[in-house]
Formats: sequence, C-alpha cells, structure tokens
Amino acid sequence: MNGPNKTLRALVLGLGYFFLYVPILSLMVFSFNESPSVTSWTGFSLRWYHSLVNDDALLRAAWLSFRIAVLTATAAVIIGTWAGYVLSRMGRFRGFALYVGMLSAPLVIPEVVLGISLLLMFVELRGALGWPEQNGMFTIWVGHVTLCMAFVAVVIQTRIRDLDRSLEEAALDLGATPITVFFKITLPLIAPALASAWLLSFTLSLDDVVISSFLSGPGSSTLPMEVFSRVRLGLKPEINALATLFILAVGTCVILANRMQWRKESESK
Amino acid sequence: MIRFSPRDWLPSGRALAVVPPFAWLVLFLLLPFLLVLKISFAEMKFGIPPYTSLAQFQDEAIQFSLHLRGYILLFTEDQYVRTYLSSVKIAGITTLVCVLIGYPIAYYIARSSARVRNLLLLAVILPFWTSLLLRVYAWVGILRNDGLLNNLLQGLGLISSPLEIYRTDLAVYIGMVYAYLPFFILPLYATLVKMDLRLLEAAYDLGAKPWQAFWQITVPMSRQGVIAGAMLVFIPAVGEYVIPEMLGGANTLMIGRVMWNEFFNNADWPMASAVTCVMVLLLLVPLVYFQYSQVRQQRQAGGRA
Repeated sequence: MNGPNKTLRALVLGLGYFFLYVPILSLMVFSFNESPSVTSWTGFSLRWYHSLVNDDALLRAAWLSFRIAVLTATAAVIIGTWAGYVLSRMGRFRGFALYVGMLSAPLVIPEVVLGISLLLMFVELRGALGWPEQNGMFTIWVGHVTLCMAFVAVVIQTRIRDLDRSLEEAALDLGATPITVFFKITLPLIAPALASAWLLSFTLSLDDVVISSFLSGPGSSTLPMEVFSRVRLGLKPEINALATLFILAVGTCVILANRMQWRKESESK
Repeated sequence: MIRFSPRDWLPSGRALAVVPPFAWLVLFLLLPFLLVLKISFAEMKFGIPPYTSLAQFQDEAIQFSLHLRGYILLFTEDQYVRTYLSSVKIAGITTLVCVLIGYPIAYYIARSSARVRNLLLLAVILPFWTSLLLRVYAWVGILRNDGLLNNLLQGLGLISSPLEIYRTDLAVYIGMVYAYLPFFILPLYATLVKMDLRLLEAAYDLGAKPWQAFWQITVPMSRQGVIAGAMLVFIPAVGEYVIPEMLGGANTLMIGRVMWNEFFNNADWPMASAVTCVMVLLLLVPLVYFQYSQVRQQRQAGGRA
C-alpha cells in the first residue's frame, strides 16, 4: 500500500493544528492570570471573570448582540433556506446568473463594502421616506441577515443537492402540492443542516464588527464593537475572560452538533 | 397586440417562489452598491446627508454634475496608489502562504480514515466558528515585545533583545494567514475528499512514484478547490480592516483602513465611496471569476439532478 508518509503526515498536521490552536489556548490560559499582565504568569485567579460580570457596558452590549444574533439567525435561516431551495430546485429562470452572483457576493466581498453600501441606502431611504428613523438594532439586523443568508444558502443548497429526489417526486405523483412537499418531505430531511446553518449565522452575527460599526446608531454598540474599541489600543485581561467563556460556549455547541450529525449519518448507513 | 389571458398577469407559483429572496438581494445588496457608485460622484457638504445630490433644478434647468474629485485624488495622490498596491501585495502573499500551508493540511485530512477525518475536520472548523476578533486579539498577546513569543525566545537564550513583530507588516501577515487559513482548507478538502483514489492506484500500478502521482494526478485534479479557496482568501483580504488595525503599524497601508478613516474620521462620504468603488473595480477580475465558477458549478449540479 502506497499510503501517505506517516512521519510527514504527523509533522504537517501537528504543526498546522499547533498554529491554529496556540493563540486560542494562550488566550484562555491568561484569562486566569492574577496580574493584569496578559503575557507573564503570576498566579491563578478568577478576578477578571469577576470584573467581567460587573462590567455594565460590556453586559449591555452583550445582551444587544445576543438579541440581534438570535433574530439574524432565525431570519437568515428562513430566507437563506428559501434562497438555497430556489437555487437547487427551481431550474433556470431569467436573471439566474445575476441571482447566483448576488447570492455568492456576500461570501467574499470585503465587509467594509457591505457596510458602507447599506448605510448609504438607509440614509437615502430616510431622506425619501423618513424611515427608518435612526440606525440601530433594525439596520444592523438587515446587514447581518444579508451577510448570513448567503452562508445559509450555501449550506442548504449542498444538502438539498445530495437529497434523493425520488421522495419528493413520489409525493408530487401522489397529488401533494409543491408547498406540502417542501414542508412535509424536504424540510424534515434537511433539518440537521438547518440547525447548523442557524448556529453559523448566530456566530457570524455575534462576531461582526465592521458591518455593525457602519449600521449602528446612538446607544446601539454591539459586543464586538465594544471589545474592538477596547483592544485596539492594547491588552485587556477581562476580554480574555470573555473570550474564554465565548469559545467554550461555541465550542460545546459545535462539537455537540457535529456528534449528533455524525451519529445520524452512521445510523443511516 | 395585448393579450388578456389572466395567466399572463397572475404570477405562477414558481415566480412567486423566486421573488422574495431575489427581492431581498436586489434591495439590500445591488441597490445599495449602486448608491455607493452614485455618491462617489457627489461633493462633500455639511448637513444631512453629508453629500450633494447629482441632479439639481436651477434656473428652469435640471443640472447634472458628476464630481470627479475623489477619483482624481485616488489616481494622482501617491498615498492612495501606494495603498492599493500594498493591499494587493499583502492579500497576494497571504493567499500564497495559505496555499503552501493549507494544501498539505487539507491533503492529509482528506487521506485519513473516515473517523479521524471527521475529528480533524471539526478541529479546522472550530476556530472558524469562534470569534475572529478574539482570535486576532490573541496574537497581540503573543507577538508584543513583552509577549509570549519574545518571552519564550529570550527564556531559551535564543535572542537577547525582543523581536519587533507587533505593529509591523509581519504581524499583519501572521494574523491574516491565521484568520483565513480555514477558508482555504475547507473548499480544497471538499475537492480532495471527492477524488477517485483508484486513479492513484492505477498510477502506482503503472509504476509511478508517489511524488509523480501527486504532481500529475492529485494536484491537477484539485485545481478547482485551490482556486475556490484562493478566491475566498484573496478577495476579502484586500479589503480587510480589523486585522491591519489591530496588528499592523501606522505605516501598514491597507485600503480598508483608508476607507474607514475617510468615512469615520474625515466624514468624507463621497471620498469613502470612491475608495470603495475603486476597490471593487480592482477586485472585479477575481470577483467575476468567482461568480463565473459559482454559476458554472450550479449549471453542472443542475444538469446532474
């Protein structure tokens, strides 16, 4: 058997994952450091977690970000699934190339471009209609949904493409309407993908600095904006504490979701 | 001739299904971008909104005026030209390094057993899910003069004075490669894992050496994955703002930063719009190529189904 070279494989993967994980681990370790220095270890302490839970500005921003992320993920899953379904099951239609182009643009286009363009549109809208009255949660939400729906559409569309079409066709042959088929057959089959798309949108929204900065208004600083304004000037140990909690929470969700999917796939084999 | 068949007037179910996502994208993606283009030809003014309108009714005439100040500045001022070149250079080198590091990683993940593969893949996806901002912040603690890396190297006696990495271009490269590596690995992995391994066996049977089989079969067959991954790194990297702002020095020139400053610090919206338009123009070739490959992928998938 001419398998890949074992030593080289271990070396490449070892170095690769070392590079990916050392920053995350160092971030977490120093969140428990006693001294305000984030680089030299003096002793174990939970004081940064303590100051984190007493930091009102940070907590307020976190609550706002959490609400935006939940609303974004929910809307992005609905419209992104819709968009992905259209992409994979509706065949060609006039403007198909434009549609694919618009749907994949947010995946690559620099976020500053998305941010400024949406902001200018809201400014013009306000000039013309007097609505939305001011930038804030709603405008940030629109920006995040536009970004996230593209990611959802990619996830959903690959999943739908792998589906066995005969189930849907059988239901149609038996007289179900296309809408019934979508809700009774297609949707349950792609449910795991819906869950991971929701989670992906949630984290993308929770993490976004650039789009939010353009679209936020008075008193609507999101968590990443607050974090960014503090850390661009240097190190802040309570941000390490925040990062540790955040990474543990997201990590647990991702690992759980992955295990569930893995189990499901091995069952179906 | 006008026909009055109700079928022509009432939308079909299919059209109804297509309209909502299409409308969302036109309203919140295409239209806003056209506005950026429009405002890049306006003049800055004080007031709300802080730019002039292109058409004005004056002396019984509608006057259109396209102001080119932004574009003229962009193409004549040395600073702007240098910034564009530097952004492309930084994004290009980042992409190249991602290819060099990411290819072997994706390759070995794809060639692992199914169980291990799932774990390894999860380990690549995990950092991709956790906050980019926080992961870039982590590098500040590592690269600073009194940071972990310098402490370690000095502790080992390898260097006597700290290496100045933080707030230099090198720090930006490290941060960018780190942040964008998963974007390169994932599409490439997807291509590599789908490859028909019997081709390699055939090559071995015909007497090919492992490296010959790799260069003549694996590499050409994974070309699509490499290109897709490279686009996912290069295009957003050109306009990156957060990483150069956090890790770069004052003289790390990147176009996303310039645009941000024009917008937020100088409140010059027409100039920021012009900077944005030229950035998109610069990215037009890779963007069009990316869209083209996406459409083609759709066509192929559509043909298969």
